[in-house]
Amino acid sequence: MSHGPSASGGALVAAPPHGTHHDKPHVPVFVGDTRVELDRILSRYPTKQAALLPALWMLQDARGWVSEGGIEEVAAALGITPAYVKGVVSFYTMYHQHPVGRHFIQVCTTTPCNVCGAEDVVKSLLEHTGCGDLGFTSADGRFTVVEVECLGACGFATPIMINNDFVESVTPESVSRILSELK
Amino acid sequence: MGYPHPSHPRETPILSKYFGDPEARTLAGWRARGGYEALENALNTDPQELQTVVKDSGLRGRGGAGFPTGMKWSFMKPDGKTHYLCCNADESEPGTFKDREIMRWTPHGLVEGVALAAHAIYAQTAYIYIRGEFTEPYARMCQAVDEAYAAGILGPNAMGSGKHVDVHVHRGAGAYICGEETALMNSLEGRRGNPRIKPPFPAVAGLFGKPTTINNVETLATVPYIIKNGAEWYKQYGRPDNPKSIGTKLFSVCGNISRPGNYEVALGFPFKDFLYDLCGGPLAGREIKAVIPGGSSVPILTREEAEGAIMDYEGFVASGTMLGSGGVIVFDDRQDMVRQIARLTRFYAHESCAQCTQCREGTAWITRIMERIRDGQGTAEDLDTLVAISEGMSGKTICVLSDSCATPVMSGLKKFRHEFEAKIAANKSVVTVPGAFRASAA
Repeated sequence: MSHGPSASGGALVAAPPHGTHHDKPHVPVFVGDTRVELDRILSRYPTKQAALLPALWMLQDARGWVSEGGIEEVAAALGITPAYVKGVVSFYTMYHQHPVGRHFIQVCTTTPCNVCGAEDVVKSLLEHTGCGDLGFTSADGRFTVVEVECLGACGFATPIMINNDFVESVTPESVSRILSELK
Repeated sequence: MGYPHPSHPRETPILSKYFGDPEARTLAGWRARGGYEALENALNTDPQELQTVVKDSGLRGRGGAGFPTGMKWSFMKPDGKTHYLCCNADESEPGTFKDREIMRWTPHGLVEGVALAAHAIYAQTAYIYIRGEFTEPYARMCQAVDEAYAAGILGPNAMGSGKHVDVHVHRGAGAYICGEETALMNSLEGRRGNPRIKPPFPAVAGLFGKPTTINNVETLATVPYIIKNGAEWYKQYGRPDNPKSIGTKLFSVCGNISRPGNYEVALGFPFKDFLYDLCGGPLAGREIKAVIPGGSSVPILTREEAEGAIMDYEGFVASGTMLGSGGVIVFDDRQDMVRQIARLTRFYAHESCAQCTQCREGTAWITRIMERIRDGQGTAEDLDTLVAISEGMSGKTICVLSDSCATPVMSGLKKFRHEFEAKIAANKSVVTVPGAFRASAA
C-alpha cells in the first residue's frame, strides 16, 4: 500500500532509489524523554505491540523517515521482530521508507477534489517545486510532492498537506504564494 | 450548520451548533454550553438503562452501515470480562468530512460521548482511532482528553462516580481500509490493517480478543444529547411516516456545488431542496449531471433521480442508492463520468489491502480497463468485461471494499453508458498495449 499508481498518468510512481541511505549508523531515538514518552504510551495498551504505530511516528518525527536501523530499534523496544515491523511499515502510506524533502507535500486528487481541478494543482506544485514528477525530491532537497487518496477535507478542494499542516482550498494560482512562505 | 457557511434556517443544528465557535473547544466553554451533564448523570445510571434509552431513540450508526446503535450496545453484557470501546475516527470515505469538523470544533462533545458509551457497554477503556492525516483533529482530541483527565472527568474516579473510565487517542498512518471495523482493530493492535473474517464478531472477540463495541464519531457525539433529552425528544426528528430513520444527520457536500460544507438536517429531508436551497445548487451557468449521495461506495444517481430522493436510510434505498456516510459528491455537466469513475476505481485499487484475490485482482483490473477506455483505447467487449469483473468481485470477500469498487462501475455503466460508448466509438486504432495488463495497481 505504498504510493501506488498516479492518477494523472497510467504509470506507477517511481520510488526513489533504495539502498543508498543505509551507510549512516542509526542513532537511537528511544532515550531520555523519548523513552519516558514511549513508556507512557505503552501503559495505555495490554500488549507492547499495540504501541507500534505510535512508536513509528516517534521515530519518523525524530529522524524524518523510517530507516532499517530505526526499524530494528522499534522492534527491540516492543519485543517483536524487525521483519514484522517492516511488514507493518510498508502497509501504511505515511511512513517514509526513504528520506524525503524538508517539505513533504501530499495533494489530494481523489474524485471530489478531482472534479474541482486537483490535477492542475498537482501540475502547478510540480512546476513550482522543481520536483519534476510525483514521488521525487527537488534537487535542493526542499520538496517532495506525492498524490494522496482522499484527505477527508473534500469541501475545501483542493486540500494539500505540507508535513503536518493542512492547507485548504489550494488553486494552481495560490501554489507559488504558499511555497514562498516555506523555508 | 452549513459550516463554513452560516446556518440555514431549514437546518436542524444539534451536533453542528458550535462549529466555528472556538470557545466550544475548551473544557470551560463546553461546560458552559451544558457539556458533561449527560455524562455525569449517565455514570450514575445502570448501563442497561442507558442501552435501553439509546435503543428506544432509534439512533442508527452514522458511519455508513446504519446498524441500530442501542442494539449493538445490547450485545455487551455484564459478564465480568474486559470490554473495549473503539471510536472509529478513520474518516476516509471520499466525499465525507463531517467527523473532522466534530473533532475540530467540539472535541469535548466526542470525549463525553465516548466516555458515556464506554460505561454503557461495561468497558473501562476506550480508544479513539484517528486517521493519520487528521493532524489538527488529532491535536484537538489529545488536548480535550488531557483536559478531561486533569479535571477528573476521566480516570479512576470519573466525575466522582467511582467508575474508572480511560480514553486514549490513537493515530493511524494512512490506510482507508482501517475504517473497516476489524481492520481498525488490527491496526490498533500494531498490525497491518487487514480486515478479519467474521464471525467472530467484535462483540464476542474484538480488540485484543475481548468483547468490543465500535461506533462512528458522529454516532458517539449524538449519544449525550439523547441521554440528556430522552429518546422521545430525539424521535421528533425524522419523517412521521418512517420510524426507521430517526434523528438528525450531518451531510458533507463537495464537488461542483455553490456552497460546499457540512449541513445538518433532520432525516427525511427532500434531497432536491437540500441541493438547491441549502447548498445553493450548481455553480453559475452549470447544471448538475450526477450525484453520489453517501460517500464514494454507494451507487451514483442521475440528476433526475437525485431530485426525487428523500434523505434517509430507506429514502435513498428507494432511489436505488444508500445513505452511507452522508458524503454528497456533486458532478456538473463539465464532468467526464468515465474519467471520474476511473479515478474512483483507482482509489479502491490503491486502498485494497490485497488479502482477498477478488479484490486485489478485481480493483486493479477494473482500473486498467477503465483507464484504457478513458484514454480512448477501449473496445466494445471491455464493457462486458467490466460487468463480469464487477459481478465476480461483489459479495465474495472478507470486507466490502471490493464491492465498493464495483458499485460506481456498475451504476455508472447503467446510467452513463452512452459516455462509455462514445469513447469506445471514437477509438479507431487496433488496441495493442503491451504490458498494460500486467502490473498490479495496488
